[in-house]
Amino acid sequence: MTDFPFLLAMIAVPAVGAAVVAALPRGSDELAKRLALGISAVVLLLAVLATVAFDPDGERFQLTMSASWIPDFGVDFALGVDGIALVLLLLVGVLVPVVVLASWRDTAPGRRSMRTFFAWVLLLEAMMVGVFAATDVFLFYVFFEAMLVPMYFLIGSFGGPRRQYAAIKFFLYSLVGGLIMLAAVIGLYVVSTSELGQGTFAFDALRQLDIDPGVQKLLFLGFFIAFAIKAPLVPFHTWLPDAGAEAPIGGAVLLVGVLDKVGTFGLIRYCLPLFPDAARDLAPFVLVLAVAGILYAALLAMGQTDLKRLVSYTSIAHFGFITLGIFAFTTEAATGAVLYMVNHGIATGLLFLVVGMLIARGGSRRISDYGGVATQAPRLAGVFLIAGLASLALPGTNSFVSEFLVLVGSFPAVPLFTVLATLGMILAALYVLIVYQRTMHGPPRGVLLVDDGTPEPAGTDGATATLTAPAPARLRVRDLDRLEMAVAAPMVALIIVLGFYPQPLIDLIEPAVAATMQDVGAAPAGIAPATTDAGGTD
Amino acid sequence: MIEAPDLSLAALAPLLFVFGAACLGVLVEAFGPRERRHAVQVTLALVGTLGGLVTSLLLAGEREVTAAGALAVDGPAVFLQATITGLGALAILLFAERSLDPARSAFVAAAAVPVGSPRDRELMTAPRVQTEVYPLATFAIGGMMLFVAANDLLIMFVALEVLSLPLYLISGLARRRRLLSQEAAVKYFLLGAFASAFFLYGLALVYGATGSIGLADIRAATTESGSDVLLVLGLALLIVGLMFKASVAPFHAWTPDVYQGAPTPVTAFMAACTKVAAFGAILRLLYVAFGTSEWTWRPLVYGIAIISMVVGAVLALTQTDLKRMLAYSSIAHAGFLLTGVIGLSPDGGGSGLAATMFYLLAYGLTTVGAFAVLTLVRDGDGEASHLSQWAGLARRSPLTAAVMALFLLALAGIPLTSGFTGKFAVFRAAIEDGAWPLVVVAVLASAVAAFFYLRVIVLMYFSEPAEDGPTVAVPGLPTTIVLAVTVTATLVLGIAPGAVLDIAEQAAIFVG
Repeated sequence: MTDFPFLLAMIAVPAVGAAVVAALPRGSDELAKRLALGISAVVLLLAVLATVAFDPDGERFQLTMSASWIPDFGVDFALGVDGIALVLLLLVGVLVPVVVLASWRDTAPGRRSMRTFFAWVLLLEAMMVGVFAATDVFLFYVFFEAMLVPMYFLIGSFGGPRRQYAAIKFFLYSLVGGLIMLAAVIGLYVVSTSELGQGTFAFDALRQLDIDPGVQKLLFLGFFIAFAIKAPLVPFHTWLPDAGAEAPIGGAVLLVGVLDKVGTFGLIRYCLPLFPDAARDLAPFVLVLAVAGILYAALLAMGQTDLKRLVSYTSIAHFGFITLGIFAFTTEAATGAVLYMVNHGIATGLLFLVVGMLIARGGSRRISDYGGVATQAPRLAGVFLIAGLASLALPGTNSFVSEFLVLVGSFPAVPLFTVLATLGMILAALYVLIVYQRTMHGPPRGVLLVDDGTPEPAGTDGATATLTAPAPARLRVRDLDRLEMAVAAPMVALIIVLGFYPQPLIDLIEPAVAATMQDVGAAPAGIAPATTDAGGTD
Repeated sequence: MIEAPDLSLAALAPLLFVFGAACLGVLVEAFGPRERRHAVQVTLALVGTLGGLVTSLLLAGEREVTAAGALAVDGPAVFLQATITGLGALAILLFAERSLDPARSAFVAAAAVPVGSPRDRELMTAPRVQTEVYPLATFAIGGMMLFVAANDLLIMFVALEVLSLPLYLISGLARRRRLLSQEAAVKYFLLGAFASAFFLYGLALVYGATGSIGLADIRAATTESGSDVLLVLGLALLIVGLMFKASVAPFHAWTPDVYQGAPTPVTAFMAACTKVAAFGAILRLLYVAFGTSEWTWRPLVYGIAIISMVVGAVLALTQTDLKRMLAYSSIAHAGFLLTGVIGLSPDGGGSGLAATMFYLLAYGLTTVGAFAVLTLVRDGDGEASHLSQWAGLARRSPLTAAVMALFLLALAGIPLTSGFTGKFAVFRAAIEDGAWPLVVVAVLASAVAAFFYLRVIVLMYFSEPAEDGPTVAVPGLPTTIVLAVTVTATLVLGIAPGAVLDIAEQAAIFVG
C-alpha cells in the first residue's frame, strides 16, 4: 500500500484530467463539470488514502519518490511529504471538489466556455499538490511559479469587471517575489556546490549546510520576500484585495484558501530550516510585520464596503497570526500556525463561498446593498454566521483551537507581540459581526427588495435609497437550495468537527513541526504541554 | 615559395554546403526559368541549410584549427553552426510561405521599381515574386557560420561583412509598406557600416598592440604584456562592433526600426540567427583572445549587460507595435545573454559558455515562432502588428492565441518553458562567478519585461474583440512546420532539457 506513488498520482490525475477537459468539444460544459468533479473526488480519495498510509511517528518525509530530472543542474523530480505538507494536501483535496460544485451554475463572461474554467482549476490542483509535495527546491520553485499561470487565467478570464487589472497585478507581484527567490535558489545551489563539492537542490541535503551568516541573511531575504508577497504580509499585501475581489468565487476560494498558504508553508518549510541563524536574527522584523498586519488589515477590513474585499482583508489579518506562530519558534505556536493554515482555508473558504451565494442573488458586491436577508433566507444566514464565527475564532469552531495554540505558544517567547496580536481578535469580532448584522439583520433593504412584484434590476449602484422608498417593498431572496447546501455542508461539518476534535490533525503536524524547530535550534521544550493544552480545549 | 595552407575539408563541410547552395542559387537566379525559380530556390536553400545542419551535427566532438589557423572547428563553433543552420532553415520556410498574403509573398516583386509608381501598383498583386532572397539569405547564413568559427580577427571581419550585406538588402524587400522597409534597410546599412568601421579600427589597434590578428597569438601577447592602452582601446572598439550586431543597448538604435520595417520572416531570421552569430563571435573573442585579460572586459560587459537589460525592458513597455516590442525584448534578452557571458571563467571551469549557448538556442527557436505567429494575424493592409488589433484574438482563433501565449510565457521566463531553463542556466553561471548584483538587476528586469509580455496575453484573452479586427490567416505547410517545431522545442527545452543541456555542456570547450 505504501509503495503506491500517491503523490505522483495526485499530480498526474488532475493534470491529465485538465488536458482531457480542455480537449472536450465545444458545448460540452455539462460533461466538463461532471468530469472535473469526478477527478477532484479521486484526488481527495488519494489524499485520504495517503494520510492513512502515512505514519506520524515514522520518518520525517514519507511516500517519497525521486527521479533524475535535469542532471546538469542537479535537479531531481523528488516528492515526499511530512505532516505539514500532508494536512495541506488534504485541504487541497477537500477544497477543489467544493469549488467545482460551487461553480456548477456559473456562467462565464462573454462567450467563454466554463469548460476552460474547470480545466484551469484542475491544472491548478495538480500544481498545488506539486508545490506542497516537492522535496527538491528547484521543483518547488517550478511549481511555485507555474502555478501563477492557471490562476492568472482564472482571474483574467472569469473574474469581475476589473479582472484585467487584478490579474496582471496578481501575476506581477507574485512574479517579482518568485524571481527574487530564483536568485536565492541559485545562490543556495552555489553554496551547496562549494560546501558539498556537488551542487544539489535536495531539501534534506540543503538543510544540513552550514552557511555563512551574511550569505544566510541575503538568501533568507530572497526566500522571505517571495513568501511575504505570496502569503501576503503587510506591506506586500495590496494585490490580494484586488485579486480576491475580482476573482470568480471558486478562484477566490483557491487563491486565499490554498495559494496564499504556499507563502506561509514556504516560511516554515524553507525559511526556517535552511537559514536558521538568519531566521532567528531577523525574527523581530518579521514579527513586527506580522502584528502590524493583524491590526492594520483588521482595521481596513472594518472600513470595506465590498464584501469580497472585506473577506480578503480578514485573510491578511489571519496570515499575520500564522506568521506570528511560525516566528515565535516554539513547537506549540508553530503547530498552531500550521493548523491555522488548514482551518483558515476551511473557514475563509466557506466565508467566500457564502458571500458568493449572496452576491449571486443580489448581483452586487456592496455591503450596503443588502439587509435583513435572514428573515427570508435563514439557511443562508446560518451558514454565513457559522463561517463568520469560525473566522473570528469562536470557541467550538475549528479556528479557535489554532488561534489559541498560536497565542499560548507565542506568549512565553514573544509576550509583547502576542499581547498586541490579541487585540486583533477583538477587531475580528467587530468586522465579522458588523457585516453579518448589516447584511443579514436589520430592516430589509438593498438590491434584493422587490417593488410590487416588479423585480429591480440587479447590480445597480447606490441602491441604498430604497430604504426610504415609499412603495411597499418587500424582500425576496431564495434560500440555499440543495446544490448550495451540498457545497456548504462539508465545510460546516469540518468547522465543527475540527473545533471539537482537532487531535488527529495535531498528531500529524506536531512531529514535523518539532523536527523543524530542531533544525532552527529552538528549545524542544513545550511539546508535551502543547498536546495537553490542545486536548484541554476540546 | 608560398605553401598552400592545409584545409581540412571534412571540418569545413557545413560551410561548404551552405556556401555551395548559395552560389548555385545565384546561378539559378541568372539562368533558371522564371516560373520554376521559386520552387528550385526554396529547395536549394533548404538543402543547403539542412545539409549544413546535418554535417555540423556529424562534426560533434571535432576539435581542430584549420585553414592556416584562420578557422577553429571546436565544440562551440559546431554547436552554434548547427543552431544557425537549424534556425536558418526555419526562417527559409517562413520566407517560402505563399498562402498568407493575397499577393502570395512577403517580398516585393521587383525591388527596383519606385514605390507608388503605376508599375509598382501593378506588381503589388502580381503573382510574380522575388527569389533573390533565398541565395542572399543563404549567403548570410554562411557568413554567420564563418563568424562563429573565425579564429582570427580578419576572417571575423570578412564573415561580419558576408553576413551583413545580404541582411541590409533583404530588409528592404517588404512587399507592403515598402518605404518603411527601404528606410529600415538604409538605416541598417548606414549604422552597420559604422559598426564595421569600429570593428576594423579595433582590429588595427589590436594588431598594433600585439603584432598579430590570430586569436591565439593575441592571447599569448596579452598574457605577456598585460595592460596596454592600445590593446584596451582596440578591445573596446571590437566589442562595440560585435555588440552592434547582437543589438545590445546602447548600440541598439537600429533594432526597433529595422525589426519593424523589414518583412516579418526576415525579422525572424535576424532576431534569431544574427543574435546567435554575434554572440558566438563575442564569446570567442572574449574567451579565446582576451580570456587572460578578463579584468579589462569584465567591467565593460558588466555595465553593458545592465544597460541592455534596463533599456530593453523599460522601453518595451511603451511600445504599441508588436514587432517593435519584440525588438526591445530582443535587446533585453541580449542583456540576459551577457549575464551568461560574465559567467565565463578563463580556466574553463565556469558554466557560462554552455549556459549562453543553450540560451541562444532556446531564445532563437521561441523568437522565430513568435514572429511566425505575427505573420498570421492580418488585415486588409498586410500584417496587423498594432497591439490594439490583437484584442480578443483568443476568441477568434484560440489555437493561434494559445501558441502565441506559450511563446510569450517562454520569453518572460515562466517555468516549464525553454525561456526559464535558459534564464536559470545563465543566472546560475553568473552567480557562480560572484556576479549576484548583476543577477538581481536581471531578475528585476525580467519582472518588468514580464509586464509587456503579459499585456499581450491580457489583450488576446481578456479583452473583447474589436468589430473590424484582423483575421487570422490559415498557415500554409511551411509556416505550420515552423510553428510545430518551435512549439515542440519551447516545451521540450522547458520540461526535459537534460539532453540538450548535456550537449551544450560537452560542446563548451574552445580550441585555442
